Amino acid sequence: MRTLEQTTQEVLDLASKHFNVPAGSLAPEDDFFKKLGIDSLQTLEMLSRLENHFGIELPDYEVQGVSDFRTLASRIQSRL
Amino acid sequence: MLDLSKYQSIGAALKDALEEFSHEVCLIEADREREKERLTYQDFNARAHPLAKALQDAGFNVGDRASIIMTNQSKWLISAYAIFYAGGVLVPLDYKLTPDEQWRLLEHSGAKVLITEYPIWRQLSVAAGRSAATNVTTALVTEAPKNADLDGAMRWEEFRGSAEPAFVPRARKDVACIVYSSGTGGRPKGCMMTHENYLEQCVALTSIYPFSPGVRYLSILPTNHAIDFMVGFFGPFICGAAVVHLRTLRPEYVREAFSKYKITYVSLVPLVLKNLQKGLQARFDELPSGKRRIFDALVALNKALTKNRPRLGLSRRLLKQVHDPFGGELRTIIIGGAFSEPQTLQFFYDLGIPVANGYGLTEAGTAITVNDLKPFRADTVGKPLPGMELRIVNAGADGIGEVSVRSKTIMSGYLNEPEQTAETIVDGWLMTGDLGRVDATGHLQLFGRKKNMVVTEEGKNIYPEDIEAVFDSLPVKEFCVFAANYIWPQRSLVGEQLLLALHLEPGQTYSDELRRDISARNSKLLNYKRIHGVVLFDEDFPRTASLKIKRNSLAEQIARLDRATAFLPL
Repeated sequence: MRTLEQTTQEVLDLASKHFNVPAGSLAPEDDFFKKLGIDSLQTLEMLSRLENHFGIELPDYEVQGVSDFRTLASRIQSRL
Repeated sequence: MLDLSKYQSIGAALKDALEEFSHEVCLIEADREREKERLTYQDFNARAHPLAKALQDAGFNVGDRASIIMTNQSKWLISAYAIFYAGGVLVPLDYKLTPDEQWRLLEHSGAKVLITEYPIWRQLSVAAGRSAATNVTTALVTEAPKNADLDGAMRWEEFRGSAEPAFVPRARKDVACIVYSSGTGGRPKGCMMTHENYLEQCVALTSIYPFSPGVRYLSILPTNHAIDFMVGFFGPFICGAAVVHLRTLRPEYVREAFSKYKITYVSLVPLVLKNLQKGLQARFDELPSGKRRIFDALVALNKALTKNRPRLGLSRRLLKQVHDPFGGELRTIIIGGAFSEPQTLQFFYDLGIPVANGYGLTEAGTAITVNDLKPFRADTVGKPLPGMELRIVNAGADGIGEVSVRSKTIMSGYLNEPEQTAETIVDGWLMTGDLGRVDATGHLQLFGRKKNMVVTEEGKNIYPEDIEAVFDSLPVKEFCVFAANYIWPQRSLVGEQLLLALHLEPGQTYSDELRRDISARNSKLLNYKRIHGVVLFDEDFPRTASLKIKRNSLAEQIARLDRATAFLPL
């Protein structure tokens, strides 16, 4: 079982890889809309990647109003 | 299609439609690859009646208000019909607002009943704003887990009356819905839409884009939005068509839905349309050069053959590889909520996929103009719909002035806001605040905005005063949020930005610390509501006797600054 820290790190790694952002430049408290320069549609794409990676289903409502990596990771963690 | 001229209300028209088309499929609901529900009009009726009866048994009377806060799904439409059946007024709210914003609008609307889904209720029930909305006495929650603590709410699925409900008639001029066109932190703008507004709008729209049994509409735009309420509920229902709901809007499942359900119509916001264009363009660019040449030639041929009007059958045969992933039965993409760029519209039209671009406001009962595709014009927002009178007020030498409209679809006013209503509806004409010109062929072209607001590509209206609360107690002398194009008018409806005008304390500088404070507060706003930059203004803001900022005067004073140097990006 992953810890929340591990999950958060995996979310950051996946986001930096998918959106071509240098590894290590993203922090848990970062606002992913701002830091990655993405819109709501690209966020949904990112969620699909995260679902595949973690092997879970994350309903759209779970990420409603979420804009930082740490909260996103905790939503994922609760479904692992 | 029913003859709507015979009807007094949405509820009465829907009631007859459910009988007329009883055996047709009206709703399909899918969650990813799983189809969760497929209802006929008869099934729909059977689901709605017990809810209407339970509402009546709970003391819900004619004219009482009930709000729905839900993502697009069958229970949204079933609940709405039950409310109309019981003679109620529907208050559809945006599920994407924050819980406190939702409570604020619930309080403002005076809703007695709230119908929502469990994930939303989980957040609403613990929000601070709940204590003020004492008017909400009944909360119904869908799909709650078995042992969930509903904190005073009841389960939607168990809220059922056993006898037949009594249908409560309403008159054309009665309010059917209160639709919020904005209004979160500032003054809420609840548009009071009458039954007549919807009946007339439906007649006008279906005269150009007809629905019928067998037509399937993919409902993606939120149903609380005026467009989806009309073309994703009322319009298809009174014609016996079907509505398809998806519980997730991930692009891969949306793509799959087109072919799986043979979609006929879909409404999208410009952002999604542009994304679709990018995806298609990338696919075309990957074609080997030989195939690409053939493809380009077919597109050119299609373009020539559809110059004067769409020829769907022909386009589907010519450009099969483009049309098949869309299910092969797509007639039109309806685009709304915000301004769309002409080149994107042209891109789809050239592929044989007409995009019905139009122009509308919630206050006008959805659409004012729609492109009738005879011929397609990407550079305009089309001609006025039947029954819509349009005029350009205070036009300059170039013919550009404020667009104003008069029709039976115009709202009766803003709830509890007589002054705002009087400013917006003048002698029966709705002043839109948008700048436009009518060309020689009767098409409306839009050029920019006269009012202090922005509309995002996702179709979100943002009024600057609504987001100022987040900057309360910012350590500066005074501040005010504006739409940048309101201060420095641009002949453009894209790339709009919000700015924070700051008047610093004497001796204070625009330090890194202050900038960080502003950024931190900004990040608390939903991403589409964030400001893009700061303008420093070194005079006292003009104020009224009651010390409210005179926004118009301040905007005029700031306008004297040079935008290029005064606007400091965050």
